[in-house]
Amino acid sequence: MPRLRKTTERAPAAPGRLAVRKTYKLYVNGAFPRSESGRSYPVTSADGRHLANAALASRKDARDAVVAARKAFGGWSGRTAYNRGQILYRVAEMLEGRAAQFADELLAAEGGTRAKAEELVAAAIDRWVYYAGWTDKIVQVVGNANPVSGPYFNQSTPEPTGVVAVFAPQDAPLLGLVSVIAPVIAAGSTAVVVTSERAPLPAVTLAEVLATSDLPGGVVNILTGRVPELAPHLAAHADVNALDLTGTGDLARELEETAAATLKRVLRPREDEDWTADPGLSRITPFLETKTVWHPVGV
Amino acid sequence: MPDTAVAALAPDIAASNTSLRAYLHGLPGVDEVGARARAADLATRSIKTTAKRAAIDLAIRMVDLTTLEGADTPGKVRALCAKAALPDPQDRSVPRVAAVCVYPDLVATAVSALAGTGVGVASVATAFPSGRAPLDAKLSDTRRAVVDGATEIDMVIDRGAFLSGDYRKVYEEIIAVKDACGAAHLKVILETGELVTYDNVRRASWLAMHAGADFIKTSTGKVSPAATLPVTLVMLEAVRDFRAATGRQVGVKPAGGIRATKDAVRYLVLVNETAGPDWLDPVWFRLGASSLLNDLLMQRTKLTTGAYQGPDYYTLD
Repeated sequence: MPRLRKTTERAPAAPGRLAVRKTYKLYVNGAFPRSESGRSYPVTSADGRHLANAALASRKDARDAVVAARKAFGGWSGRTAYNRGQILYRVAEMLEGRAAQFADELLAAEGGTRAKAEELVAAAIDRWVYYAGWTDKIVQVVGNANPVSGPYFNQSTPEPTGVVAVFAPQDAPLLGLVSVIAPVIAAGSTAVVVTSERAPLPAVTLAEVLATSDLPGGVVNILTGRVPELAPHLAAHADVNALDLTGTGDLARELEETAAATLKRVLRPREDEDWTADPGLSRITPFLETKTVWHPVGV
Repeated sequence: MPDTAVAALAPDIAASNTSLRAYLHGLPGVDEVGARARAADLATRSIKTTAKRAAIDLAIRMVDLTTLEGADTPGKVRALCAKAALPDPQDRSVPRVAAVCVYPDLVATAVSALAGTGVGVASVATAFPSGRAPLDAKLSDTRRAVVDGATEIDMVIDRGAFLSGDYRKVYEEIIAVKDACGAAHLKVILETGELVTYDNVRRASWLAMHAGADFIKTSTGKVSPAATLPVTLVMLEAVRDFRAATGRQVGVKPAGGIRATKDAVRYLVLVNETAGPDWLDPVWFRLGASSLLNDLLMQRTKLTTGAYQGPDYYTLD
């Protein structure tokens, strides 16, 4: 890749050359639209410099994202787990190729040292690979052949829940983001993701990675904007099956109450979550449904 | 917009195919680019809040809830009739649809399921959707549906005859079917997707109206493209000008491919701006659709509750 990475406004144009600056847009249904509302908001670095303008998603963008996620669900959940794993691994490959860019963006968003940023990027890629590996193993671990008293073979298997609205953590713009998206899609659900409001730029770059990784359009939809504006509409939306409230902060309780009207599965935010810790299955199982089949034997 | 108003068709003009052809080809040509631009322009109107609510209720009242599949069963028709009479069991303020539209052999089932509800029963007839059958078969098809209790008959024109210039055959066939309908309303399906040009749509519209159609309908829904906004615009101009010329009002029914509330509202805007508010009534304008009703109900509930709705909460039909 040529050294022309003008991802932010701080990248100066070479003398005699116009700066080519990136427009940070939404990622909905495999495309990169601007917000339907035409709005955007300024994104600043950790030390207050202007980095770029990001699209400010409206409730109608959220609605469109849910439509896209619903449309994609049948195809994505119908793929073999093995195939989903391959595609997720492909995403990790693409992330690896953009590692330097992600490190730049993290450094700008979070401050700190370059070494720390690179470490976080590596952890994010490893996290993605971790979930890629789980796709075709989760059924064996969570599913079960149940002992029942009768001439039946009784089997429980996990199935994806459907469309999950994911509120990414506000304070971990890449590792936290990856840690909430990957488990949802690994199990076969589709996601509508609302990014960190303060540091949305790595999420938009992640969208570019997803768009070039064989991941079908609509499986992950990424909205940049304000959680208080979008969250109530997603929590009340009857075509959303589950909520990951990680990044909603004080709103979480109210959103959970709203979600109860449509019996959504809800993953509550945890206090001071350590994103570098091994997540186990704690983010996969909340978005699974259990299907139990009774089958007569000995006939 | 070109003014297509012409004097009422004198009896002798339909006397021969030559005179009929001269008359129809004497109609002003349709400005195709203009029709498309006008329809696209009207489609940008923003209808919100109370106006949207009124439009949704009107659209529900205009729906001809349709099932025209080879796999239709009496059970499916009864389920559809239940939905027509009570579209949203959770909200009794939702109005009933205008009619249920079925194949002729299922008319009796629909009539008994809808008894006392005020919902009409429309039946496609005359060898729907191709129209390729002898005239006496088409007429007995029609009579049987009427005897079984259909209040509306949706006939298809003979597109083969129309496209080969045999307008008199099409004209006489419509007159014969109209006669077989008795008291039932006759909707004439032009199948605009097969008529190729907007000029042909205008000619077919005038031909059908002169032959006695109570409604002109765009499509069977079996041919692509089905109903489009520009085609409906041309037909709405035709009914407007026909009333100006003869004093008789004819209805319009776009059918096929109308699935979203947004589409339905666009048609209503088109009706209001082209034919006028006189046509904004289920008596004069219908929407032939099946999946549209669920979307209308979801949008209506969204306006009431403020929450976006999902298809899991509505019947599959």
